[in-house]
Amino acid sequence: MFFNRTSFSISPFNGFNPSKPSKPSKLFNPFNPFHRTIHADLAPAPQPFRAPSRLACMVAAAIIATSLPLASITEAKTFRWASQGDVLTMDPHAQNEGLNNAISDHVYEPLLNRGKTMAIEPCLALSWTQINPTTTRFKLRDKVTFHDGTPFTADDVVFSITRAGEKTSNFGAYMQGIKEAKKVDNLTVDIITNGPAPTLLDQLTEIRVMSRAWATKYNVTRPQDFKNKEETFAARNANGTGAFILRAREPDVKTVLVANSNWWGKRDSNVTEVVYTPIKQDATRISALISGEIDLVLDPPVQDVGSLKANPALKVVEGNENRTIFLAMDQGRNELQYSNVKGKNPFKDVRVRQAMLLTVDINAIQKTVMRGLSLPTMSMIAPQVRGYSKDLEKRPAVDTAKAKKLMADAGYPNGFEVTLDCPNNRYINDERICTAIAGMLSKIDIKIKLNSMPRVTYFPKIQNIDSSFHLYGWGVPTFDSLYTLQSVIRTKTSGGDGEQNYSGYSNPKVDALIDQLKTEADLAKRATITREALLIHQADVGHIPLHHQIIPWAMRKNVTVVHRADNRVFAKWAMVN
Amino acid sequence: MLAFIIQRLLQSILVMLTVGFIAFSLFNFVGDPVSLMLPPEATQADRDEVRKSLGLDQPFYVQFGTFLGNAVQGNFGISLRLGRPVSQLLVERLPATLELAMTAAVFGLLIGIPMGVYTALKRDKWTSKVLLTGSLVGVSLPNFLIGIFLILIFAVWLGWLPSFGRGETTAIGFWTTGFLTTEGLKAIILPAITLGFYPITLIMRLVRAEMLEVLRTDYIKFARARGLTNNAVHFGHALKNTLVPVITITGLQLGAIIAFAIITETVFQWPGMGLLFIQAVQFADIPVMAAYLCLIGFIFVVVNLVVDLLYFAVDPRLRVERSGSGGH
Repeated sequence: MFFNRTSFSISPFNGFNPSKPSKPSKLFNPFNPFHRTIHADLAPAPQPFRAPSRLACMVAAAIIATSLPLASITEAKTFRWASQGDVLTMDPHAQNEGLNNAISDHVYEPLLNRGKTMAIEPCLALSWTQINPTTTRFKLRDKVTFHDGTPFTADDVVFSITRAGEKTSNFGAYMQGIKEAKKVDNLTVDIITNGPAPTLLDQLTEIRVMSRAWATKYNVTRPQDFKNKEETFAARNANGTGAFILRAREPDVKTVLVANSNWWGKRDSNVTEVVYTPIKQDATRISALISGEIDLVLDPPVQDVGSLKANPALKVVEGNENRTIFLAMDQGRNELQYSNVKGKNPFKDVRVRQAMLLTVDINAIQKTVMRGLSLPTMSMIAPQVRGYSKDLEKRPAVDTAKAKKLMADAGYPNGFEVTLDCPNNRYINDERICTAIAGMLSKIDIKIKLNSMPRVTYFPKIQNIDSSFHLYGWGVPTFDSLYTLQSVIRTKTSGGDGEQNYSGYSNPKVDALIDQLKTEADLAKRATITREALLIHQADVGHIPLHHQIIPWAMRKNVTVVHRADNRVFAKWAMVN
Repeated sequence: MLAFIIQRLLQSILVMLTVGFIAFSLFNFVGDPVSLMLPPEATQADRDEVRKSLGLDQPFYVQFGTFLGNAVQGNFGISLRLGRPVSQLLVERLPATLELAMTAAVFGLLIGIPMGVYTALKRDKWTSKVLLTGSLVGVSLPNFLIGIFLILIFAVWLGWLPSFGRGETTAIGFWTTGFLTTEGLKAIILPAITLGFYPITLIMRLVRAEMLEVLRTDYIKFARARGLTNNAVHFGHALKNTLVPVITITGLQLGAIIAFAIITETVFQWPGMGLLFIQAVQFADIPVMAAYLCLIGFIFVVVNLVVDLLYFAVDPRLRVERSGSGGH
């Protein structure tokens, strides 16, 4: 949910394979003549970004941008893109949020990262081997330097993993099961997990590496702390090893990155400068794209996609996000809080839930509300998630007569009233989806009182389980269906179990399967267990899945980018002609 | 005079306390910022802990008391969204908003007054009628619509002016100005016109009404009888005497322009205080909202005070007797 516009995906089963260590990356080129740039003096240790130095910074950025000596770059190209919100912080461990991670990925790098197709590739780590069930050894890339010139070593990895595991880190989800990192030598690190960790490599792709020396110098050895009354230095300054250097950061105005000529990797790009601008208003953002002031809009309104496609100067690239939208019904309480049925809970009756499933016409919603930009589904997990299989998608056809009969059998021939809680600024067209569903359910006399609200009031309400019926969306940051099963479907007990199970769905058989998954390392067995658990949940109609989100990007014709399922734009793969 | 100022200042403090109190009591309904600050896997205990450390578990009057205590010392707390001191954020955003508001006000005066005079002097000309009809549009069209129209025409169709942002800014001390670069000047035109549209029409209509009134008075007739030129009569005598209500309205409008710049700033992604406020509302960023509302209250109060003082300068009658100045 708060993995805002972040989605996480991976082609199934290409994660951890302990028997076959990966080969060193071909990306590293020791003969790169620009490995040490002549501009080392122009890349000073980032300064606190104060007004008087801004102009100087811009000038310096301009000089660097226009004089980059990279052979592949014939002229300086600026890539300007926009979306609704702004980057919250430059601290790589403080905000696990989609846009934030997208910008962080330019400046900071993890041990392993994901390529154009989301496959895991070596990044700061060149290779890895599992030396025992709880220890994985990583060989680090040599001769990598941070933007301030200090060399990258094992100390930085140990430091960063410790930092990401701090209480004030927002990246706890990726640290699950990771006990600690130990330095073996300058270029070797052991990562020790609490038990077998089938998703360790996936998790590491989101743990970005900072310089220990830099963090110590500027007193930012812990991620952003809400108790701290001062801004931390790392919030507006950055020092990573990535392909781009943070040059200017003005919150709500713009974030400027310039190409790091010292970078170890190879870029498929002619971009020398990246300017990210938040533009809150949909109309203004689209106008700026049409007028040519920006090159790419990450989040064009669905209603505008048609006219953008028709514009000869523009193009729209679509891809599906790893996020599933579904309806959740309170099956835990003995009497619904927001309904006219007293003394019992209609949602506890599986026939009522089946009737609702048979009434919700998701294809109609796809056509009219989503304008084709959604993947209607019966599955609680998106196709990119490990554990997904095609046979999860069998959705019964809409059948109102049958639904009415089920309602009558359940003792509600005249239906009932219930309140549907719905966010209005979180998912694509969320409120409109709810309105459409209210209309559909009225066919079987379930009268919906629609209660839509902004996310800041919606999520606390849902988290307090103060709802009888609500719309929810779920992305999977670990790329493994366990995340959905454990958080959303398992019975709520302690810790992560049922943490986000706001529907009160509970089936001991499903719980037992989920508990097996937690320690099962064999991928084939995991797939079987996952499928079984999801099918039981489906037969129970524990939730009513609606669709997986599709995300369109609108851009100028002369721009080429890689549309990745996690909705992140990478300037290292962008061409501006 | 001094007693008057002190009296007004005391009133002002009361006004601001009321604004703050009402605002704070409303904050209970804007939502829970903690739900946005913590990751979804945070436990209830984590959430409670953060809430407690931020003082959000306290009843609103305790929060208000703490806020007041800190605000008196110039400490407005830290933004929950940006993690930076609120006072610093407001100081950074203030120049953008003030430059925009001032430009809009100057547009209002420089365009509104001549148009008002023109429509008063040439009452029956068709151009006057067009202007008057046009001004109705200006009064009735909502701000954001005007802004979007202007963007469509000047940015999308003609491509003359930028559709968003402040352009290149230059820093002079803590003040960043867009007035020193071409880009900055180009960037301010559309938002300033959008924001100035209402004041322009208001001032024009006001000046016109006042002029028509004044032109009928005896001293104007006498001035004409003395054989003064039309210009001397119109601008030396008539216009000067219409200015008292214009100053009042412009003054009050200035406060309103600053406060209602929220909409214009949102449409044009103008990095001022209004945009900061809107984003704060969406994030339930209580410290920023509270500080902004108090600041706006303060600006209104100061503007009103200045307007009152200007009366003394413009209207000699006020200097003689404080009340009962006949008026027009």
